[in-house]
Amino acid sequence: MAARKITTPLTDVVVRDLKAGDAVQITGVIYQARDAAHKKLVALIEAGEPLPFELQGAVVYYMGPSPAKPGNVIGSAGPTTSGRMDAYAPLLMQHGLKGMVGKGLRTQEVKDAMHEYTAVYFAATGGAGALLAKSIVGNEVIAWPELGAEAVARLEVKDFPAIVVNDCHGGDLYEEGRKRYAKTV
Amino acid sequence: MPVRELDVREVTEAVKAMCITANYDLPEDVYDALVKAREAEESPVGREVLGQLVENADIAAADRVPICQDTGFAVIFAEVGQDVHLVGGSFDDAVNEGVRQGYGDGYLRKSVAEEPAHARRNTKDNTPAILHTSIVPGDKVRLTMMAKGGGAENMSSLNMLKPSQGWNGMVEAVVDTVSRAGSNPCPPVIIGVGIGGTIDMVTVLAKKALLRDVGSTHPDARIAAMEDQLLEKINALGIGPQGLGGSTTALDVFIEEMPSHIAGMPMAVNVQCHAQRHKTVEL
Repeated sequence: MAARKITTPLTDVVVRDLKAGDAVQITGVIYQARDAAHKKLVALIEAGEPLPFELQGAVVYYMGPSPAKPGNVIGSAGPTTSGRMDAYAPLLMQHGLKGMVGKGLRTQEVKDAMHEYTAVYFAATGGAGALLAKSIVGNEVIAWPELGAEAVARLEVKDFPAIVVNDCHGGDLYEEGRKRYAKTV
Repeated sequence: MPVRELDVREVTEAVKAMCITANYDLPEDVYDALVKAREAEESPVGREVLGQLVENADIAAADRVPICQDTGFAVIFAEVGQDVHLVGGSFDDAVNEGVRQGYGDGYLRKSVAEEPAHARRNTKDNTPAILHTSIVPGDKVRLTMMAKGGGAENMSSLNMLKPSQGWNGMVEAVVDTVSRAGSNPCPPVIIGVGIGGTIDMVTVLAKKALLRDVGSTHPDARIAAMEDQLLEKINALGIGPQGLGGSTTALDVFIEEMPSHIAGMPMAVNVQCHAQRHKTVEL
């Protein structure tokens, strides 16, 4: 698959041009955040307080790494199941979030919000944490270090491999791919 | 038969070593199954994903890093010989100490939260282990460690079926569990099915079923045929590697059964991701 190179932060022009099934390589800064961090991010937005990072154009990576061995940038770093962040994702998109990297199914509410706010959902290969860590060249915890693996980190990535699952036009690779290969037995 | 003494410190050492190696080294049977699936997979995207999984296993083994960042809940099956006298402290504490040391020294992720309904505080050492102990004949202790990730476990199901639903009802429930899970549990998955017993026992059976080698055939030809039928139906769903579409949704299906109450037909489906990590030692 020829992968398309994209850089962060993402703009609406780039997001609109991405279609379900497109292979991409992401370069730039993405933000690590999973369950506990999302709960705190949403609480900050609801309280009208500043967030630990600029949400406009941002890409979040649903991931909680294993501890880095001495000399390594990060431990293993593959995606976690995105559906657990569905309750929080629409509000983040409303406030400027443009990209989500994870694995697994999203709710219709999240897909609708992606259409409304022009955002994109990428899948990275779940269970390939040792391989994906090779594309992460910088790692700095920027909020809630007490959460351990669930802290928010600023990750610098280079040619991070992912695939567009849900685009902002309603395209859904999980549905389309499954239909293409389903058989009757 | 004389009683053999075994210091529980040996148990701690063994558990520690298994936690680390299980998380770094994908078992050969699973590795071979991924290589085979990469050749057989119909979808080009699916083949690419399977190639990444093989490469990932190679990197983890060479660099001594975890295959997956979710290094799991530590599930331990202990078969303790009845002619063994365990000395030097509590057996359960020794197992938990092994998990504590393994997850610490091995740079494994601590993924256990206490007070799950409220505080959800990380226990910071991945304890407690999920420990299943049974007493068996002999003077050995056999320990199996399984690193069970959360994403696939979440997609598992318990089905209290009616006897009238029969085998067809079970097929429907298993296929439905995998179908609804879709891309969530990191397919290609391995499916453990427990049949019979009570709600507690049927889930243990489903988990134990996952310890079989991928590609192995059940010694009971009747059950082997049931497993083949389920595998064919699951792979016909089209979910494919990582749910992106394809012909490899599951690598294998394993069934364990035991008698059930005359009024019931419990069935548990334990979903396992492709990173099926486990190790066994005998002390």
